[in-house]
Amino acid sequence: MATKSGTQTSRKGGPEQGPLFQSSTSARHTLDRMFAVLVFIATMIGLVVLVVLLVDIALDGLPRLSWDFITSYSSVIPDNTGIYPALLGSLWLLALTGIISVPLGIGAATYLEEYAPDNWLTRLIEINISNLAGVPSIIYGLLGLGIFVNLLGPITGGQTIVAGALTLSLLILPVIIIATREAFRTIPGAVREGGYALGATRWEVIKAHLLPMAVPGALTGTILALSRAIGETAPLIVVGAATYITFAPESPLSSYSALPIQIYSWVSQPQPGFQIAAAAGIVVLMVVLLLANSVAIWLRNKYQRRV
Amino acid sequence: MSRTVRSSVLVGVLLLTLALILAGCGGGGEKEEEKKKEEETKKEEETKKEDTKAQKGGGGGTPGQIAVEGSSTVLPITQAAAEGFNQQNPDVQITVGGAGTGDGFEAFCSGDTQIADASRPIRDEEAQTCEENGIEFLELAVAQDGITVVVNPQNDFANNITLEQLGTLWSPDAEGQVDSWNDVNPEWPDQPVNLYGPGTESGTFEFFTEKANGKAKESRTDYQASEDDNVLVQGVSGDPNALGYFGFGYFEQNQQQLKALTVDDVAPTVETIQSGQYPLARPLFIYVSVQALDENPSVEEFVSYYLENLNQFVEQALYVPLAEQSLQETRQRFQDRIAGTDPQSASAGESKEQNAKEKEEKEKKEDTKKEEKKEDTEKK
Repeated sequence: MATKSGTQTSRKGGPEQGPLFQSSTSARHTLDRMFAVLVFIATMIGLVVLVVLLVDIALDGLPRLSWDFITSYSSVIPDNTGIYPALLGSLWLLALTGIISVPLGIGAATYLEEYAPDNWLTRLIEINISNLAGVPSIIYGLLGLGIFVNLLGPITGGQTIVAGALTLSLLILPVIIIATREAFRTIPGAVREGGYALGATRWEVIKAHLLPMAVPGALTGTILALSRAIGETAPLIVVGAATYITFAPESPLSSYSALPIQIYSWVSQPQPGFQIAAAAGIVVLMVVLLLANSVAIWLRNKYQRRV
Repeated sequence: MSRTVRSSVLVGVLLLTLALILAGCGGGGEKEEEKKKEEETKKEEETKKEDTKAQKGGGGGTPGQIAVEGSSTVLPITQAAAEGFNQQNPDVQITVGGAGTGDGFEAFCSGDTQIADASRPIRDEEAQTCEENGIEFLELAVAQDGITVVVNPQNDFANNITLEQLGTLWSPDAEGQVDSWNDVNPEWPDQPVNLYGPGTESGTFEFFTEKANGKAKESRTDYQASEDDNVLVQGVSGDPNALGYFGFGYFEQNQQQLKALTVDDVAPTVETIQSGQYPLARPLFIYVSVQALDENPSVEEFVSYYLENLNQFVEQALYVPLAEQSLQETRQRFQDRIAGTDPQSASAGESKEQNAKEKEEKEKKEDTKKEEKKEDTEKK
């Protein structure tokens, strides 16, 4: 409430100069300071939660974490259990999902922002994409089961990494499309007009100016989307990711397990040793996530500097 | 210069991927048609060539690969077996999923998996799907579990609860009505009772509600539910007025923090659960496709290894091993390939005659197969 009235006062007080403006100065400055404190607290809450989470998991998981844990297969004996096949499965999923969803997402966004005429069909597509971003992930799992596992089974091989990656791609496509469109919109119209004025075609303007300028924004969306994908459990269970697997996946047509599924399975075991293994698994998941994100951030910075 | 080159490479990759995906979709249709044709010809040749069928579909799966899907309760047992088996046969690829008994049967009856883990007997409609798809199955009991009713250790008044009282407490009618210990048993104090139980998707929930309320899946809904039994353990151990239920293994691992009630004056122990005397004891099953056993030697070897060392795996997974007699029965069913549901198990009923017919048909096949098997075992 305080913030709202603060902005209102400043808006009212802004253009009207004179005694009114002067008399409320100290009150307005107090409000300003209060607002600053409020938004600072809002920022810190997010940060504190993250730190508490990381420290808590690290305390539980780090002592259990070892090279053996990373290179061992899952076991029914808590002390022997490891995360190797699940880690590989998740890396495969991450790579394939990225390869599938990024070109599709950026392509769709480019079409919608730069080519599509403003008619009812475009608007329908836009509304659909926004809604799809909010659909619960298990629904995508069921869709993936119907299409990629059953209908396209002869191509995807049924319950394989490809089917899982395609499902996750569907899940994150809307997020990538929305983020990329936002990035396109922040590019000033003058850039396009300048290009057209020099006789460039739409394709040349997109290729030379718009895409490179949109990449940083698109990558930010992609980071968020892929982070979501790698943490998903529900759709993967539906499309048939295994909880226990005796081999490491070797190709996109392998059966697979994934980190969140392995972690979930450990958490719900009665033996306390598995809870510790789960914490160590979470540390591994976080490290994979941070590594993937830092690659994306590095790419983004590279593009940002060049533009 | 370099910028335009790079960005055109970027766009090129984008287009290429799109093209590939489109090509993939286009190719898909053709492949599917091909597959249909294949299947048609297969059906014609089925009598001649059983071998080709083993390669694709028909529930047999690929030799060297075994897919198991089903109950997450049974999963640790099958996982233990798969782990042991894999040490001896590192080339065999086994996947075990824990999506749930229902999903397990769905995949099993459509031929996607060769084995289904189940925490309840197969339902009639599920068995029908199997039949429609030509999948015969062996129902093999592998372990016993006892749903344990627990209270907080501070609770000194409740020691025994009857099934009827559990019904009073957990029935849908109890919602908002029965919320004090006093309502369940007049001898108990007038204190609020806080309930903890598994989520509605769990086989434990299904079994318990059937036993307590007479109808599966009928339960009051105003209780703390979690699919993760460890959450229930924590809930009950931290709440002096709590009452909850979950698998015996979770109680055994947390005995200091929990107090188990006797049900109808029978305490949940290894002995009472094994003998079935404990009213909330239930068997856990694996279902094995007969076709897979016949066509996929890996499945045959895996299941016989599984049953040979069964009790070791069951104990590793913290369940109660089968009594000697039941264990022999299970092994016998496997050896003789007795297909269909166990007439003794709850949902059977309908298929006795069918069983007999199937047995006759089987026996003809079996004679030849048994000879082969004898040779096999002799080799071993």
